[in-house]
Amino acid sequence: MGKDKDKIISEVTSGEYKYGFYSDIEMEQIPKGLSEDVVRIISKKKNEPDWLLEFRLKAFRHWQTMKMPEWANLIIPKINYQDIIFYSAPKQKAKYESIDDIDPELKKTFDKLGIPLEEQKHLAGVAVDAVMDSVSVKTTFRETLAESGIIFCSFSDAVKEYPDLVKRYMGTVVPYTDNFFASLNSAVFSDGSFCYIPKGVRCPMELSTYFRINAASTGQFERTLLVADEESYVSYLEGCTAPMRDENQLHAAIVEIIAENNAEVKYSTVQNWYPGDKNGKGGIFNFVTKRGLCRGENSKISWTQIETGSAITWKYPSCILKGDNSTGEFYSVAVVNNHQQADTGTKMIHIGKNTKSTIVSKGISAGQGQNSYRGLVKVLKNAMGARNYSQCDSLLLGDKCGAHTFPYIEVDNQTAIVEHEATTSKIGEDQIFYCNQRGISTEGAIGLIVNGYAREVINKLPMEFAVEAQKLLQISLEGSVG
Amino acid sequence: MSALNERTERYYTLYKDNIKRISESSSPYINSFREAAIGRFNELGIPTKKNETYKYTSLDTFFNHDFKSCFIPVAQDFVKAEEFRCDVTDLDAHGIVLLNGFYPTIHDKLRELPGGIWIGSLNEAAKKFSKKIEMHYGKYAEDDKDGLVHLNTAMASDGVFIYVPEDVVLKKPIQIVNLVQSDEDIFNQHRNLIIVEKNADVTLIVCDHTLSPQKFLTNGVTEIYVGENSHFDIIRVQNEHNNAGKITHTFIHQERNSVASSNNITLHGGLVRNSTHHYLGGEGAESYSYGLYLADKFQHVDNYVNVNHAFPNCTSNQLFKGVLDDMATGAFNGRIFVRKDAQGTLAYQKNSSILLTDDAKMDTKPQLEIYADDVRCSHGATVGQLDENALFYLQSRGINKREARLMLMFGFAHDVIQNIKVEALRERMDNLVMQRLKGELSRCASCMVKCG
Amino acid sequence: MLAIENLKVEIDGKKILKGISLEVKAGEIHAIMGPNGSGKSTLAAVLAGREFAMVTEGTVTYMGKNLLDMPPEERSKEGIFLGFQYPIEIPGVSMVNFMKTAVNEHRKHKGLEPLSASDFLKMMRDKKELVEIDSKLANRSVNEGFSGGEKKKNEIFQMAMLEPELAILDETDSGLDIDALRIVANGVNRIKRPDTSAIVITHYQRLLDFIVPDVVHVLYDGRIVKTAGKELAHELEKKGYDWIKKEVDKNNLS
Repeated sequence: MGKDKDKIISEVTSGEYKYGFYSDIEMEQIPKGLSEDVVRIISKKKNEPDWLLEFRLKAFRHWQTMKMPEWANLIIPKINYQDIIFYSAPKQKAKYESIDDIDPELKKTFDKLGIPLEEQKHLAGVAVDAVMDSVSVKTTFRETLAESGIIFCSFSDAVKEYPDLVKRYMGTVVPYTDNFFASLNSAVFSDGSFCYIPKGVRCPMELSTYFRINAASTGQFERTLLVADEESYVSYLEGCTAPMRDENQLHAAIVEIIAENNAEVKYSTVQNWYPGDKNGKGGIFNFVTKRGLCRGENSKISWTQIETGSAITWKYPSCILKGDNSTGEFYSVAVVNNHQQADTGTKMIHIGKNTKSTIVSKGISAGQGQNSYRGLVKVLKNAMGARNYSQCDSLLLGDKCGAHTFPYIEVDNQTAIVEHEATTSKIGEDQIFYCNQRGISTEGAIGLIVNGYAREVINKLPMEFAVEAQKLLQISLEGSVG
Repeated sequence: MSALNERTERYYTLYKDNIKRISESSSPYINSFREAAIGRFNELGIPTKKNETYKYTSLDTFFNHDFKSCFIPVAQDFVKAEEFRCDVTDLDAHGIVLLNGFYPTIHDKLRELPGGIWIGSLNEAAKKFSKKIEMHYGKYAEDDKDGLVHLNTAMASDGVFIYVPEDVVLKKPIQIVNLVQSDEDIFNQHRNLIIVEKNADVTLIVCDHTLSPQKFLTNGVTEIYVGENSHFDIIRVQNEHNNAGKITHTFIHQERNSVASSNNITLHGGLVRNSTHHYLGGEGAESYSYGLYLADKFQHVDNYVNVNHAFPNCTSNQLFKGVLDDMATGAFNGRIFVRKDAQGTLAYQKNSSILLTDDAKMDTKPQLEIYADDVRCSHGATVGQLDENALFYLQSRGINKREARLMLMFGFAHDVIQNIKVEALRERMDNLVMQRLKGELSRCASCMVKCG
Repeated sequence: MLAIENLKVEIDGKKILKGISLEVKAGEIHAIMGPNGSGKSTLAAVLAGREFAMVTEGTVTYMGKNLLDMPPEERSKEGIFLGFQYPIEIPGVSMVNFMKTAVNEHRKHKGLEPLSASDFLKMMRDKKELVEIDSKLANRSVNEGFSGGEKKKNEIFQMAMLEPELAILDETDSGLDIDALRIVANGVNRIKRPDTSAIVITHYQRLLDFIVPDVVHVLYDGRIVKTAGKELAHELEKKGYDWIKKEVDKNNLS
């Protein structure tokens, strides 16, 4: 059966990327390359106020002094920043007043992705901000949400309509000096989502942003800012896809979350950027800075990520637990197949008293993929009663892939309890056989076992997306075990 | 050569000033490594916190100190072994006494133990065992990326040599008592080579003590070859004063079906850094790496362990535990590396620490890097306090809280101690650990250094 | 239904089965007994398609087809069920999900539509009663944290769900107390239909008090050395295996 199993595994894992199509939409682009002028052009195109241009320029000047980080367990080809288009937007009227104003081709694209822009067609209870390349094309349910005082709009709109809120919060969690890619983003970010949940409001629906890279040679640099005021709650989801191309495309995003007293934010990601082909050609470089600040007491930020796409993933959604009794969570499933590489994990910084954090990371490596978990749990001196539990498991499918675990634990308080556990093993032959004996094909068995392995994390996703995530997991492993 | 930073330059100068004297007493073969090694050192420099494997340990207080010279052993009288009543010398063992890592006398520099085992000074042995030394010297430490290993290769003038021939089982352990004593602050580098041939079995105990209050910095390298089917245990008991810096680099190279263990028991020391490298170089090899650190005041203990699974069906296990009191800091950096073809690997790693005060600090970094799929690897790390439920359970049986805490801490530490196979030493260690935990052993009981 | 002819099997180059011939007709229950290490579990493993055992000679025909050509899941779907001696734990996979997948694979094989969720749950409920299994077990991961008895009951429950033509029960009685044994055996008896068959592998006769065999075989040193009716089981219970060993060894010498 050995050979058959290998064959099946390789069939299971060689599934085609479903979202690899390209839409022919009339685009407005600026020439390739990066300079202070380009930063000014982007800002001007968006009619931005001076303070924001200033912010971009400071970030750009700082970025010029920086070097790309090399500490990750990744092999990253040299990126030529002069060969990237930093602004690319579907040509449009000044503003879509109604759904009929949207380019039908654009609508078709999002329909194909399962993200209809018409509210009546959309999944009940999910509001979507659809972003293509550099700009937001449509935010659904804006008006419905506004009734309960919730602001959910594109970042550009927020700059115009709620400049005070943006000014107050932007860059407070991820400063423009934070790291190489965060600085780059701060200089050239094009759009993204903004969300503000007022005091005491439980957001009545899932909010989500759907990111689509479409144009060739472009980079995508979006920025999301999510503020949950006191006693509020929101669940937020992002999804991402891109066309299949032989070139690598850069995606360097920033997500900032602020949770005030007793607020709770759930942030889920189903990342399915184009991972490159079987030989490792093409695919997205996904270099993302995501960080949440539990500023208030009893606040909670929970990250859930299903990472199946991208040629290279470099991503560490983190929580700064500043408020007393605040909680940070990180649940992750990261799959690498073929030649994909991932270096992903989290940072939990315990500053406040009785802060708690949980980390559950499930890595799955197949093909020639290399998967690293990298995490930091840091307990500062005054974080009395801090508590962390981390579990990082790795599953290996095949003998050409790798699984690596790099946890950093720094404890400076005697009342803290920090526990880290990790295991690495291959998929169990006896488990597969047991399933076979019950009539389940090896392909089905691998799917079952992998989904069982990842279940703890998938269960954390909003219902509507858990099923999608399961399917995605199966698809991304298709053709993997060999 | 590009410009060296000031610190590297200082040690390079020290090398240039002393190399003639060092070379004169060494064998040509050992001397042949020196030039390349100092070149490597100049490239790598003295590790800083920027170096990933020294992330949590600053060597500044020691390497910024201006040691007037490097220590080069000369024959001299010093406190004799008999006069030195170390707490662990009551072992039934083949004992030798070293001064600052070197043989202190001219006589008896190389002697034979039962079964044709030879033990002595590396320089002395270079004549009699030149072939063996050429086969093994420098082979296991050579590729290391730690500048200090190369500094040692460049400058170490002597050290201990042990040769265990095929099929020899030595019942009594070999015990090295290493006394550190000088009238001035010294920087001290010795180099040890231990060769255990096929089917042999030997246990080595190394006890370090400081006898004078001067500032000491030791940078020692030990290379150990463990042949096919052989069994080798090394147990280190480190008990030095607060002004002593101790850096050890141990490279254990194992052949197929061999079993080797290393156990670093750190009872006391100003700054202790133990790097232990286990290379599983043949199928069926087993390696065990243990460590226990009990630190208080401003002491710092760092254990770096690197287990390299290069062949299939090998087993490794790491267990490091520690209790940190006062302002003491600890670091653990363990790495399991499983090569592509090392199928059937079993590898485990655990680090647990207890912090007794708010000022104590522990940083731990257990790592797995796995490139084979048929493996079972796991690691775990915990930092915390004593288990409250267990404490309560003991108290509910009538044991007072202080005693209950001691019992739990002792139990915690015993987990490491119990792996010592030499019974007398194991008991002695349990005892010393108990005293240490009670605060009765802030220094070795008979130590004349009032380092407090 | 099942015909084994001159089956020879090696594991890691060691001969375990040295020429087994056996025919099981529809509706029959065969017991295979024998001392430890005689090859009983290997036979079960080979019939279910376990990989580690290598067939070097012989044929196995099941329902007119060459069984040895089929992958394990195919054998399952064709109606062969193996009750494992040591059921496997699969963390994170719920019993419901596991069984639903298996049942629907079987249905697909038979050209049937998959069961609706409610029909499936009803089926689970009915079958659980049959084997007196705790309904909470269904919500847990497959065999994870189950006691020995629970694991064995779970095997019989799965058998009830999959309704096999030929059940092979590998030491299903081991590790069970008498009450659990009775429950397990009753379950087997209730599931069995007049036209389905079973091979019961056991070390002891006590299971055969509940599941009454038509034929009893004694397996020793990789060969079937004795075949008789159910009375043979009682004889073995009284006299142990030694007399058979002696008989065989004597024949070998002469």
